[in-house]
Amino acid sequence: MKLLNTKNLIRLLLLLVVYGVFQFLFVSKMINPFYMMTLILVCIYIILAVSQNIITGFTGQLALGHAGFMAIGAYMSALVVVRMQGSLVTGIIFGALMAAVAGMLIGLPTLRLRGDYLAIATLGLGEIVRITFLNMDYLGGATGLSVPKTIDWTWAFWLMVISVFLMSNFINSSHGRACISVRENEIAAEAMGINTTKYKVMAFTMGAFFAGLAGAIYANYMYLIHPGTFSFLKSFEILAMVVLGGLGSITGSIVGAGILTIVSAGLADYPEFRMVIIALIMIILMVYRPNGLLGNKEFKFDFLQFRKKG
Amino acid sequence: MSVSDVIIQQIINGISLGSIYALIALGYTMVYGIIQLINFAHGDIMMVGAYIGWFCTRTLMLSFIPALLIAMFFTALLGMLIERIAYKPLRNATRLAALITAIGMSFFLEYGGMLVLTSQTRTFPEVFPQTVYSFGNISFKYGDIVIVLTAVILMTILTLVVKYARVGKAMRAVSFDKEAASLMGINVNNIISATFAIGSALAAAAGVLIGVYFNTINPLMGIMPGLKAFVAAVLGGIGIIPGAMLGGLAMGLIESFVSGIGFSTWRDAAAFFILIIVLIVKPTGLLGKNIREKV
Repeated sequence: MKLLNTKNLIRLLLLLVVYGVFQFLFVSKMINPFYMMTLILVCIYIILAVSQNIITGFTGQLALGHAGFMAIGAYMSALVVVRMQGSLVTGIIFGALMAAVAGMLIGLPTLRLRGDYLAIATLGLGEIVRITFLNMDYLGGATGLSVPKTIDWTWAFWLMVISVFLMSNFINSSHGRACISVRENEIAAEAMGINTTKYKVMAFTMGAFFAGLAGAIYANYMYLIHPGTFSFLKSFEILAMVVLGGLGSITGSIVGAGILTIVSAGLADYPEFRMVIIALIMIILMVYRPNGLLGNKEFKFDFLQFRKKG
Repeated sequence: MSVSDVIIQQIINGISLGSIYALIALGYTMVYGIIQLINFAHGDIMMVGAYIGWFCTRTLMLSFIPALLIAMFFTALLGMLIERIAYKPLRNATRLAALITAIGMSFFLEYGGMLVLTSQTRTFPEVFPQTVYSFGNISFKYGDIVIVLTAVILMTILTLVVKYARVGKAMRAVSFDKEAASLMGINVNNIISATFAIGSALAAAAGVLIGVYFNTINPLMGIMPGLKAFVAAVLGGIGIIPGAMLGGLAMGLIESFVSGIGFSTWRDAAAFFILIIVLIVKPTGLLGKNIREKV
């Protein structure tokens, strides 16, 4: 497959336009910093939602530990940047890698569990991670750790684009197909010679890596990281985004993350309403439209393909 | 204080905490046994029970036992309502969908509670004397006795109901084989509702007990006890009623010992750590039997 075909060029052009418009609006101070923060949060949540979707939507494993991996990414990058005076790039890479290692170590034993048990085990692990950071005075403990703000729109946007590109390529590869077969029917997949545990761990590690990356971006943008931010409620919020967009749809997750982050920002003054709305979205969607807004379909720019009709 | 005194003191604390966990865990295990759903909202149902108890004792000036019974009754209705609205339409859907709905329901109760009841912490009135009995270095409160006694009475009633009453027999039949039970003339929907009602009533009792023992309640109080009670249910073997009681007690004891040796900030982590060890070593729990998975 050619990398530089018309379709990809159009996509790249669209991304450049989106990036350029917001960058221009921001530099010329036409939008205020609160909207800019919301936009950067949208980027962070898109990475989180798509990576949760790799685990839950494509591989069919309900893992609720995403906030834990995000915390590992955030704290490990802060460790490099604040405590060891490393550069931002080293911090982000280190944070994401440590989250991936943790994902692999956690995934190997727990992914042998089925459905509900996996959910509760990963939820527990996420909480263990949070409590560990809460008790680590070297990394701020309960008061939190302040990290210089070095992430701007450029970093957040392009890291998001690269992450989504890598993850969608993974899903469209043969490994990704294997993951989908695990979701569809684990026993049948195993009978076809697919090492289900291997692919589950692979998807889980990948999800953890990008959750860590998002955590690292978050840490270097937010001035202050605090263990309370990474409680399992955060995992549920990410899951709600995935569910809203559609389990098994990358563009769905992007849409879901965008909608929920913007709604949350709009309701920032009424946090209770925000959570009640998230809850109602989850219940109503599951009862009436269990596949989410986009189901497992992808939103495509097919109409932009200048193909001859014949 | 000698070492043995400390140990006995922690056992006493652990038993009263564990009785509360056991009451909540019973609801989890019964619901799981009958429809294989982790009812994440169960801890929040307990919170609602605590608030009803608070309303009865604070505003209506009732004493402990009427407040407990009223809370149990209304919370049982709430449990049935939640099942009808949120879980029944999903009975044939994927387990993932049902689980996500349960998480949504839990959120809804927590933050709906925040909206209606505000996040302000409420205090229970003193419904029974604050007497402290001490024997040497060991002491326990009047409340400890009330908790353990209430829990034992309720669990005995539950065991008798499940073993001998018609509804209990039907519940066991439905959890064993839903289709066969309905062929035998059991109304499966009603039995599932009854299970939710009984489980929620027990949770309400636990909520009122937490309220009168610790004095303060707030809309998010159900999250942690709910999760820990779930861990207790898994520890004992999910779906098994005596397992939930055993798991609850074990959980309470472990937690008070972890706090007792000076790691109180780690006690939530200890609960989850035990959960993971149990799931990896013996996923069916302490009292569970191994079931082979069939295609």
